[in-house]
Amino acid sequence: MNFKHKFVFLFPGLFVLIGILIFPIIFTIRLSFSGWNSYTPEMNFIGITNYIRLFTDDPRFWESFFRLSFLSVTTVVLQYIIGFSLALMVWRDIKFKRFFRVMFLIPMMTTPVIMTVIWRTFFHESLGPVNDLLGTFGIGPKWLSDPATAKITVIIVEVWQWTPFMFLLLLAGLLSLPKEPFLAAAIDGASAFRKFVFVTFPLMAPISIGAIIIRLIEASKIMDTVFVLTSGGPGTATETSSFYIYIKGLREFQMGYAATLSFTYLVIMIISLTIIAKVLTKLMIKE
Amino acid sequence: MYKLYTFLKYSFVTLWTMFVVAPFLWALSTSFKDFQSVNSKVTYIPWIDYQPSLEGWKVLIKSPAKGGVDIVEPYFNSIFVTCTASIISIILGTLAAYALSRFTFKAGFVRNNDITFFFISQRIMPPIVLSIPFFIFLSTIGLLDSLIGLVVVYIVLLMPIAVWIMVDFFNRVPKELDETALIDGCNPYQAFYKVVLPNSIPGLIVAGMFCIIFGWIDFFFAFILTFTEVQLLPVKVVALNSSVTPWWSLSASALVSVAPLIIVAFIVERYLSKGNLSGALK
Repeated sequence: MNFKHKFVFLFPGLFVLIGILIFPIIFTIRLSFSGWNSYTPEMNFIGITNYIRLFTDDPRFWESFFRLSFLSVTTVVLQYIIGFSLALMVWRDIKFKRFFRVMFLIPMMTTPVIMTVIWRTFFHESLGPVNDLLGTFGIGPKWLSDPATAKITVIIVEVWQWTPFMFLLLLAGLLSLPKEPFLAAAIDGASAFRKFVFVTFPLMAPISIGAIIIRLIEASKIMDTVFVLTSGGPGTATETSSFYIYIKGLREFQMGYAATLSFTYLVIMIISLTIIAKVLTKLMIKE
Repeated sequence: MYKLYTFLKYSFVTLWTMFVVAPFLWALSTSFKDFQSVNSKVTYIPWIDYQPSLEGWKVLIKSPAKGGVDIVEPYFNSIFVTCTASIISIILGTLAAYALSRFTFKAGFVRNNDITFFFISQRIMPPIVLSIPFFIFLSTIGLLDSLIGLVVVYIVLLMPIAVWIMVDFFNRVPKELDETALIDGCNPYQAFYKVVLPNSIPGLIVAGMFCIIFGWIDFFFAFILTFTEVQLLPVKVVALNSSVTPWWSLSASALVSVAPLIIVAFIVERYLSKGNLSGALK
């Protein structure tokens, strides 16, 4: 086809995106070599001082990063297991199929921070319904003020919020599977369990990988929920990398150092997500 | 065996449904409470546990001067930013997706797939990384705390989604369609506009819904880049949360804020059941 037309289609979108992004990225890199803070708000050049500080003298960032890895991997694994089970259950014959499908989709349509505002009252330690009901069994976990339980609360809220997205991607995948392999399995008299292991699961592998990676990307940005639910607390028990960068940059106004953190964080994110994608593809698609 | 499986299946979906609706029911119940019924002990059912009051809902439309919370303006701001950014993203994203699906691009080692990946990979970008430079950038050009500034930022959030869904969709629209149109004497733009686009409406609707969802639910950029002049809905509700706002009006405003998009769940389900989503989401 004609040579020049294709650029007319591609370039508006491409250039708008590059145009909006190029400045922030270059600026972040430049800023990361400066000592911009509230005392000296200027673009001076202090070399790699910030990077040295990050790699030798900032355990809090690395802790927040491992916490983020833990939280996002745990939530995504849970979302995958629950989402896949739900999708399988409403895939074919079940009563009120469409009702359940709508129900399972609803949480992802709701704004995470706003739902978290409700969750906060839900998990309130003395006035919330959870502890009221648990109280009849004589237990009252400190959902928001105990370091270990606060992590669980964040996981519960994240799973509630984003399992629907996993469910949607997997159900759409299930509905697009070819019919022939299932007919063949039915003729061979395969049990439901064997059908799942040898037919459904392998067919779903590419879709599963796609869904898991998309969710990992989104989960690696966990911030809204933590911000409202616990503000990173108690102490730093639920502080994720984004939240830590936010504190450094926009609360303490150490812009230069926050840029260093941002840039390092972005590079780590890109590298680790690429590796995870490669490994998952190897693990789940044999042959 | 089969009966046990059916029993487990129904128990599981019922339990999950209860888990899904629990916070909504709790918020609905709380929104009709007053001081006594929130703070004395935990109450659930109106008329039995407590006497319902409409106070929580009334303050939503009062102006702040009269002790209300006024979420009407943030509501319209949110609708404006989400819709504008979605429309721009869909237009630009659809054009780019069409180019990537139909033509071959080559520039050094860069191929079509790399360009597609470039678009989609923008979702990897953590919002915090962009927010600091955007904060400084927008304040330099005077667009901090403005709707236009937010729309610009939201385009970055939404265009990857539009490209992601539309590339897959166009790949499934047969190429013969445009070729026939070209042979019939259309130029490429007419072929796209008159033939391909009308056949892509399901894809456009899916992409549109996803843009609207991800625009509407974003909190972080709105939180960093706006203060007092312009407030979006999530920021407003969270601001209520940190102030002394009582639970009943907090619950009522939260419910009002999440309500409109719940309709989207019904539309998504409809497309899902008709099979239109299957390809678009792979």
